[in-house]
Amino acid sequence: MNDLSPPQGGGCRNAPVLKERGQREVFCGLTGIIWLHRKMQDAFFLVVGSRTCAHLLQSAAGVMIFAEPRFGTAILEETDLAGMADAHKELDREVARLLARRPDIRQLFLVGSCPSEVIKIDLARAAERLTQIHAPHVRVLNYSGSGIETTFTQGEDACLASMVPVLKDTQARELMLVGALPDVVEDQMVSLLSAMGVDNIRLLPARRIDDTTAIGPNTVFALTQPFLGDTHAELVRRGARHIAAPFPLGEEGTTAWLAAIAQEFGVSKETFDTVTAAPRARARKAIAQASEALQGKSIFFFPDSQLEIPLARFLTRECGMTALEVGSPYIHDAVHGPDLDLLAAGPQISEGQDVDLQLDRARAARADLTVCGLGLANPLEAEGLTTKWAIELVFTPIHFYEQAGDLASLFARPIRRKAALRLEAAE
Amino acid sequence: MKLTVWTYEGPPHVGAMRVATAMKDLHFVLHAPQGDTYADLLFTMIERRDHRPPVTYTTFQARDLGSDTAGLFKASCMDAVERFEPKAIIVGSSCTAELIQDDPAGLAETMGLTIPVIPLELPSYSRKENFGADETFYQIVRHLAQPQDRTAQISCNILGPTALGFRNRDDVVEMKTLLAEMGVAVNVVAPLNATPDDVARMPAAHFNVLLYPETGEAAARWLEKNHDQPFTKVVPIGVGATRDFIAEVAAITGLPCALDESRLRLPWWSKSVDSTYLTGKRVFIFGDGTHVAAHARIARDEMGFEVVGIGCYNREMARPVRALAKEYGVEALISDDYLEVEETIEALAPEMILGTQMERHIGKRLGIPCAVISAPVHVQDYPARFSPQVGFEGANVIFDTLVHPLVMGLEEHLLTMFRDDFEFHDAAGPSHHGGHSPLPTEDVSGGSLEDQIKPELPQDGNVIWLMDAEKELKKIPFFVRGKAKRNTETYAQEKGLGEISLDTLYEAKAHYAR
Ligand code: SF4
Ligand code: SF4
Repeated sequence: MNDLSPPQGGGCRNAPVLKERGQREVFCGLTGIIWLHRKMQDAFFLVVGSRTCAHLLQSAAGVMIFAEPRFGTAILEETDLAGMADAHKELDREVARLLARRPDIRQLFLVGSCPSEVIKIDLARAAERLTQIHAPHVRVLNYSGSGIETTFTQGEDACLASMVPVLKDTQARELMLVGALPDVVEDQMVSLLSAMGVDNIRLLPARRIDDTTAIGPNTVFALTQPFLGDTHAELVRRGARHIAAPFPLGEEGTTAWLAAIAQEFGVSKETFDTVTAAPRARARKAIAQASEALQGKSIFFFPDSQLEIPLARFLTRECGMTALEVGSPYIHDAVHGPDLDLLAAGPQISEGQDVDLQLDRARAARADLTVCGLGLANPLEAEGLTTKWAIELVFTPIHFYEQAGDLASLFARPIRRKAALRLEAAE
Repeated sequence: MKLTVWTYEGPPHVGAMRVATAMKDLHFVLHAPQGDTYADLLFTMIERRDHRPPVTYTTFQARDLGSDTAGLFKASCMDAVERFEPKAIIVGSSCTAELIQDDPAGLAETMGLTIPVIPLELPSYSRKENFGADETFYQIVRHLAQPQDRTAQISCNILGPTALGFRNRDDVVEMKTLLAEMGVAVNVVAPLNATPDDVARMPAAHFNVLLYPETGEAAARWLEKNHDQPFTKVVPIGVGATRDFIAEVAAITGLPCALDESRLRLPWWSKSVDSTYLTGKRVFIFGDGTHVAAHARIARDEMGFEVVGIGCYNREMARPVRALAKEYGVEALISDDYLEVEETIEALAPEMILGTQMERHIGKRLGIPCAVISAPVHVQDYPARFSPQVGFEGANVIFDTLVHPLVMGLEEHLLTMFRDDFEFHDAAGPSHHGGHSPLPTEDVSGGSLEDQIKPELPQDGNVIWLMDAEKELKKIPFFVRGKAKRNTETYAQEKGLGEISLDTLYEAKAHYAR
């Protein structure tokens, strides 16, 4: 175990992919605002959209964040649909009002939605204009979180990608770590790397605008999240080089991810082992305990966050599960390839969705655990399947060694619960 | 353009979904982008429904826009009809599809479907969820209801209950009991659990019970006009309203006004001496117009509270709520701006809020107890137990609901007596609440009690609180502190005092003693 060699019968990297284009049951990219606004403490996310967009943000969070959230929706009304000039003026007014009320805001993201894109409100132009008006105190950027352009976690991708062009230039040799992680996990990540002697670490996104990161031809970067394809492309465009690796989920994934960086920075094997030995052992122990309920069980993934492939790799290699279908909204070889290499051939890999057809497959497969969105979970439970809501995986700290056991528990809990309940009527 | 953080109502197509999800054998084909599928979780998670809403979203993407979104709509529509075999479909656009103007209604008509196709107009940029539900139900009734003879026995339809409604499931059960006690048969309940065939049978009833005007009024009016069915105007929430409702039904049907009140407990619970402490509690009431109107009457006449403000978020109800406010001598707040509601509550400093899940949060922030009486509500407002709002059992349930957040009778006195006791103090909240009590010291904003009070004090006009008085004010239990503060300031202003001393505080107390 944990030799990081590809599986015997070959991995899934070249397995045939079932590509589907039908009805999708996924969130749009606006959803990312729910965790991004917590991560970037001086940022405000202003969606230019409809009542639907506001309602999505309110509903997707599951709970409402009431310490006045740093996001809002500028709801388009009939009058805005009539003429373009109006919409820009109205936007300027709302932004001025907002920034006056929230002097703590240093970066403002104008977030495009389906309606703003269909009626072609040019938010890039608006962002430029507003930056001029509110500089230097506030930087205004824009990206699309619309459902016609983005699926769920792609909203974070679009957000981070929008930050890359405005990064300062540098010639320094630096490591950039990309992806929004909970602060506690981020601290663990940075301290592991520092302990190996890898310094000059930059984070994207930074917690505050003042920590702003620079980029250049000597920058290398690693992704911490598998849904950052566009950000990857933007970083490469700025001359940075990607360190490809499996994602830091589970003990094995974390080790492989750290090892790829260690290699890039010439960290010796001894140093690497000294730094990782203790947390690796802890992670293994925690996974062994937490995954008891998962051993020998099968799993079926509906596409949701693009975390599916690395998670399937973790659950099959470290928790003894068998994957039946691994669905992902999108598959990028440069990003998902290393995890696909390690995922033993066998499961159906699918990209995109036709939800009714996929439901038919899930019902036929009757996996011991079905990972799906909130809209499908209770209906499938009512049909006797055991489910795990995918959204919890992006709202919970799951990366790196110290969270590896928690990650296994997230999947084990529905199975343990099913075993614990004795609710059927006596025969 | 209007900046919004939290909304009381979703867009109109969510209202249409509430109708479709409530019904059986009906399918909704919604022209919408993928993200709009979030709405499914409202039903499967918040209401814990065990079926997917019967909605097919076309989920068009940017790349479809230039080419053939209309073709996509037709294909989705065809697939849905084949897969789900509904007896009728409704078709409509979400906000985005409204902009691309594919005309789902026209498209569906050209498809040669053998089942009824009901087109919906859901203006997303001017109307909201309740309108969407009302309009959808009306269109379904208008398209499907068939002229026919009345039933032999006197019967009615119950109009308005939908999916994701506030206590609709239980209200229907209680309403049926009430009607059965009067000898009225129920012909059809709709939309909740009705099929298109049931809707076709609706004109067989002698009259309609309009349970929720928000979602059933357009249908009720149409049935009155076209099928000669009168509908009830009283919504039987509360003791008085239930009695009025029974009288109204008796008048419509000519049946004897038989009141079986053996199940009704609210009046005695309210009269019994332990309830004395409820007298004059200052309440602010906010929600949908129907529930607010019902609760204003309950609060004043049946609980003995003082109503200090009312309001509703659905503009459709602005007129009746304004009229009611006048009758109660208070201001009506007609707004769907959550921040404005919060400001109003802060200014009025009520001792309790009767509101929606939003006001529950406002209450948490301000340290004011809140009982939820209206949609929008969250998962904890779909209780497993039977808990209707209408009828006599509904009145019993409401009594419990309104009393629950409050500190009870003797406990209130004890708190006042031992107000300096470090363990037995008001910030611990009502003792029957455990962890869920409103804790002003640990509110969401993270401020301590101390911080909350101080900035409040000097703000009011030119009246300044002196140290001693301010200290004394803090000793007053939080559930009456707002009232004490306001009363004292009003008193000081009336007397032309610039400062409030300890004496002023107690003079004011004596002045307002009742
Ligand atoms: S009351 Fe609780 S459950 Fe309801 S919206 Fe607020 S946080 Fe969510
Ligand atoms: S899918 Fe489009 S319209 Fe719907 S919530 Fe997302 S951005 Fe708004």
